[in-house]
Amino acid sequence: MGAQTGGGGVSAAAGVALGMVGGAIRISTPFLFVSLGECITEKSGRVNLGLEGTLVMGAMAAYGVSYLTSSPWLGVLAAGGCGVVLGALHGWLCARPRVNDVAVGIALMLFGVGLAFFLGKPLIGPTAPHLPSVSLGWWSASGQVRSALQVNALFVLGLVTTAAVRFVLRKTRWGLVIRTVGESADAARAMGYDIARVRLLATMAGGFLAGVGGSFLSLFYPGSWNEGLSSGQGLMAVALVIFARWDPVRCLLASLLFGGASALGPALQSVGVTSGYYLFNAAPYVLTLAIIVLTSSRDRALLGQPAELRMAR
Amino acid sequence: MLKARAFATSVAGWTEWIGTRVAAWAIFVAVLGGLTPGPRSHRAVAASPPLTIGFIYVGPKSDYGYNQAHAQGAAVIAKLPGVKIREEEMVPETSAVQKTMESMINLDGATVLFPTSFGYFDPHILKEAAKYKNVTFLHCGGLYTEGKHPTNVGSYFGYIDEAQYVAGIVAGMSTKSNKLGFIAAKAIPQVLRNINSYTLGARSVNPKATTTVIFTGDWSMPVKEAEAANSLIDQGIDVLTMHVDSPKVIVETAERRGIMVTGYHANQAALAPKGYLTGAEWNWGKVYTDYVGMIQAGKPYPHLLRGGLKEGFVKVSPYGKMVSAAAKKKADAAKAKFMDGKMVVYKGPLKDNTGKVVIAAGVEQKQTDIALEKMDYLVEGVVGKTH
Amino acid sequence: MGIGVSIGAISPLAEPSAGGAGALVATAEARRAARRKSAEAFAIPSVAILGALILFGIFVALTGRNPLAVYHEMYRGSFGTWFSFQNTLQRAAPLMLTALATALPLRLGLVVLGGEGAMVLGGLAAAAVGVHLHTPMSVKLGMFVVGALVGGAWMAGAGTLRAYRGVNETISTLLLNYIAIALLNHMVEGPLRDPASLNKPSTLPIGDDNMLGNLPGLDVHWGLVFGLAACLLTWFLMQRTTFGFAARMVGGNVRAALLNGLPVRRLIVVATFLGGLGAGLAGAVEVAAIHGTANASLVTGYGYTGVLVAFIARGNPLGVVPVALLLGGIGASGGLLQRVFDLPDATVNVLQGIIFLSILFSDSLYGGRWARKPAVAA
Repeated sequence: MGAQTGGGGVSAAAGVALGMVGGAIRISTPFLFVSLGECITEKSGRVNLGLEGTLVMGAMAAYGVSYLTSSPWLGVLAAGGCGVVLGALHGWLCARPRVNDVAVGIALMLFGVGLAFFLGKPLIGPTAPHLPSVSLGWWSASGQVRSALQVNALFVLGLVTTAAVRFVLRKTRWGLVIRTVGESADAARAMGYDIARVRLLATMAGGFLAGVGGSFLSLFYPGSWNEGLSSGQGLMAVALVIFARWDPVRCLLASLLFGGASALGPALQSVGVTSGYYLFNAAPYVLTLAIIVLTSSRDRALLGQPAELRMAR
Repeated sequence: MLKARAFATSVAGWTEWIGTRVAAWAIFVAVLGGLTPGPRSHRAVAASPPLTIGFIYVGPKSDYGYNQAHAQGAAVIAKLPGVKIREEEMVPETSAVQKTMESMINLDGATVLFPTSFGYFDPHILKEAAKYKNVTFLHCGGLYTEGKHPTNVGSYFGYIDEAQYVAGIVAGMSTKSNKLGFIAAKAIPQVLRNINSYTLGARSVNPKATTTVIFTGDWSMPVKEAEAANSLIDQGIDVLTMHVDSPKVIVETAERRGIMVTGYHANQAALAPKGYLTGAEWNWGKVYTDYVGMIQAGKPYPHLLRGGLKEGFVKVSPYGKMVSAAAKKKADAAKAKFMDGKMVVYKGPLKDNTGKVVIAAGVEQKQTDIALEKMDYLVEGVVGKTH
Repeated sequence: MGIGVSIGAISPLAEPSAGGAGALVATAEARRAARRKSAEAFAIPSVAILGALILFGIFVALTGRNPLAVYHEMYRGSFGTWFSFQNTLQRAAPLMLTALATALPLRLGLVVLGGEGAMVLGGLAAAAVGVHLHTPMSVKLGMFVVGALVGGAWMAGAGTLRAYRGVNETISTLLLNYIAIALLNHMVEGPLRDPASLNKPSTLPIGDDNMLGNLPGLDVHWGLVFGLAACLLTWFLMQRTTFGFAARMVGGNVRAALLNGLPVRRLIVVATFLGGLGAGLAGAVEVAAIHGTANASLVTGYGYTGVLVAFIARGNPLGVVPVALLLGGIGASGGLLQRVFDLPDATVNVLQGIIFLSILFSDSLYGGRWARKPAVAA
C-alpha cells in the first residue's frame, strides 16, 4: 500500500493539504455568495430560506445565457437578475399581512428548483463558455501549487463583495437603516422608515448575490448544467449564516472551512486512503455541527443576531 | 393567572380557526376523491394495435451517460414499424417505479417494459411481474435466475469491461506520468470489474502504469465528481476515466485541465475534442431491436442475455486524434482477440493490490464465470481500497 | 429563567385574527363573525388552489400544450381511475408520517427539516433489527417500534441541542440529514452489508413472509393506515391533552409559557421526539412494505416533501392528511405529463411551488377588506 502511494507520507500529506486549499477555494464560492446574500436579508430581520431555489435558478439562467450569447459574464448578470426577481417575489409576499417568511422561503425553494429543472432540460446537453480564472500561483514551480491557486474570477469578486457588504452594513447609512429595521421594527418605524420596502430591497439584494453564486456552479465549478448540480448547497449556505453569526467576514471563513472539509474526502482518496469514504464525505456536516454546538450557549442569544429575526432565535 | 386565561382563550380561538380551515380542505379533497369512479375498463383495443413499449429511466435521458445510452436505444426501436414507445425519466428506485410500471400498463396499455436502472429489479420488477403476468419486463443488469424469477422477466447486460480493457490499453500507451485515475460511484462488483479490466489493459502494455481510484459514493453527484477529478489531476494523473451515471462533468474537467480522458456509457468525444482518447460505450439499440423482433414474431426470448464486443452489446468509441499509431495497433489487436472470442481478461496468476492471489495460476475465468459477478478486490496496480 | 431571548417569542405560524378571542363572547356579532370565518375558511383555500391552477394553466399554455387536456390527464392520473386513486393513496402514505416530524415541532414554533434523516435511520435500524426476529408478527412489531424510536431519538437529539444549548434546530436537523445518509451508506456498504447483495449493497433481507402486506381489497400497503392513525393521534394529543395545550402555548408565546411555569425545554425535546417517531416509522414501513431490506433507495426525499406538507397544513395534524393526498396526487399524475405531453418531470414541482405560493398569498386575504369589522385591534 505504502509503496503505491508514490511519494511517501510527507508529500502525500502535503498533497492532501494542497488539495484541501484548492478545494476550499473551488467549493466555497457558491456558499460565500449565498451566505453573504442571506446575511444582508437576515440583517433586515427577514429569513429567506428559498435561496436554494435562487441558486439553482441562477445556475440554469447563467448557463443558458452564456450558451446563447457566448458571454459568461452576461450569464452571471442574468443569474443575478433571476435572483432579484425571486427575491422581490419573496419580499412582496412577506410584506402582506399574516404571511410567514419561512414558509414562503420553502415554497420558493421548491418553485425555483422546479422551474430551473423545467426550463433547463434542453441545457443538459450543450456546453457553454466558462468564466475565466486568475492564476495566483505563478511564483511556484510546482504544478500542484499552481493548479491549487488557479482561482476563479468570481472567488476574487466574492472577496471584494465580502469587504463591500461588511463596509455597507457597518459604515453607511443604508447599512444603518437595514440594521435598525432588523433590530427593532418599531424604532425604525418611529424614525420614518418604510420597513416593508427596506426588507424587500434587502431580500432582492440577497437574491442577486445568491443568483451569482449559482452562476459559479454552472459556469466554473463543476462548470456544467445538470439536475444534481446543487445537492442542497443553497440551503447549507443559509445555515452557514447562523454559523457565521451574521458577519460577512465570518461568512467567508465559514465557507472556506466548509469547502476545505468537503475536499478532505477526495483529497485523501487521491493519495490512496479510501476506507470509510462516506464518513470522510460527511466531514463538513459533522464539523459544522460540532462547531455550532461548541459555540452555542444555553442562556443567551447569539451575538450579532438581528432581534427581529423569526427563525434564528 | 388572569393573563394565562386570556392567553389560553386566544389559543383556543386560534385552533378553532385552524380547524375550520382544515375541515374545508378535507371537504375539498373528499369532493375530488368522491368523483372517483370505480375500476374502469381498458381503452378499446384497435384492430391491429401497435406494440406499446414503456421505458423507465432513473435519471435524465440527456445525461451523456447511463440514461442517455438507454434512451438512444429506445430511439432506435421507436422507428421500428408497429412500435409505440412511452418514456418516463427521473423515476426513483422506490415504490414510485412500481407505480410508474403499473401506470404504463394500466393507462398507456404498455405490454413490454424496459425499466432500465439496475436497482429496479429487486423488489420492484419482481413484484410487478408477478402481478401482471401478460406483460414482459426486460431489465438491464443480467440478474435473471431460472426457476427463481417470474417467467415474464428477462434481464440483459453487456460485458462492458471488455471495452474498458481496450480503453485501458489506449490509456496505458498514452500516459506520460504512468498514473491513471478512475472516478467510481460505489465499490460494487460491476464497478470493480471495470476498474480492474481497465488497469489490466493498461498494464498489459505498460507495466509501470497504476490506477488511482476515488469512490464518490453517489451515482450522480457532479460537485463531488469534479472535486475528485481535480484531486486526481493535482496528484499528477494524466488520463482519467470513470464509472458514474453522467460522465459529462469529469470529461469536461479533464479537458479544461489539459489532460486525457476515456469515456463511459456513451460517446463524450464532443465534450473533449482535445483530450478524448476513446471510451467504453453501450450499444443498446442492437439489443432492443433484437428483443422487439423476437416479441413481435411471437418467438421466445432469452431470459438472460449477455454479450460483449463480439455480440455487439458494447463498443469502443472511435479513437481521438492524439492516440498514437502504436496505441491504436495494440488496442485493435486486443479488440480483434475479443471479437474472436479468444481473449480472457481474468486469468491466473492474478494478485490483488494487497498481494493476495485472487486467481491461482492456470485458472481462467471467462466472462460468464460466476466468480466474476462477485468480484470484491482491486488488482495489483490499483491504488485504493474496496471499503 | 434564562431561556428568555434565546427562544423566539414569535410563532412561525400566522397570527390568529383578533376575532378569535372575540368569538368567545356569545353575541350575535360574534356568531356572524364566526360564520364569516367559516365561509372564508372554505372559500379562500379553494380560491387559492383555483388561482394556482389558472397560473399553472397559463404556464402550460406558454409551452404550447392545451391546459385543459393537461388537467384532464392529471385528473386521470391522480384521482380519475381506481388504479390512479390507489396510486395517490400509496404516495400520500409516507408523506403523512414524515410531515408529522415537521408539523409537531412547528406547533411549538420550531422549524425542523430533519424528517429525511430520521426516516433513513429509522429504516436502517428497522432492517437491522428485523433480521434478528423470527415470527412475522414479531418482525413487524420489532421493526416498527425500533424504527420509530430511532427516528424519535435522532430528532430528539436536535431538540435537546435546541433546548439546552440554544443550537438552532433548522440548521442542526439539516446537517443531521446529511450525516444520517452518510451513516446509512456506510453501514449498508460496510458492517451491515449482506455479502449476497452484490451490485446493490443492502442489509440482510427480512424475508418475504415477514413483509408488510396490502390493505384488504386494496393495492395500498398498511402504511396508509399508520399515516392516518398517526395524524389522528397527534391531533388528539395536540388538541385534547395538557401536553398539547402546553406545547401550543409555547408556540404562541414563549415568555407567557415560561411565566406560567411550563417546562419549555422538556416540551421541546418531547415534541421533537414525537415528531421523529413519525419519520422513523415511515422509514420502517418503507423497509417492511417496499424494499424488504435497507439500502440507498431509502433516501427518497419523502422527508423534504414532508416539510412541505407540514407547512401547507400549517402544522395541523389533520390538515396533513388532505395536503398529503393533494401532493400524492400531483406526484401520481407526473408520469402521465411526461409520457403524454412530453413535459419534463419537474413540471410537478412547478405546480407544487405555484400552489404553495398561492396558498401563502391567500393567507393575507383572511379578514379581508370586503368584510372588515370596525373595532378590530391589530
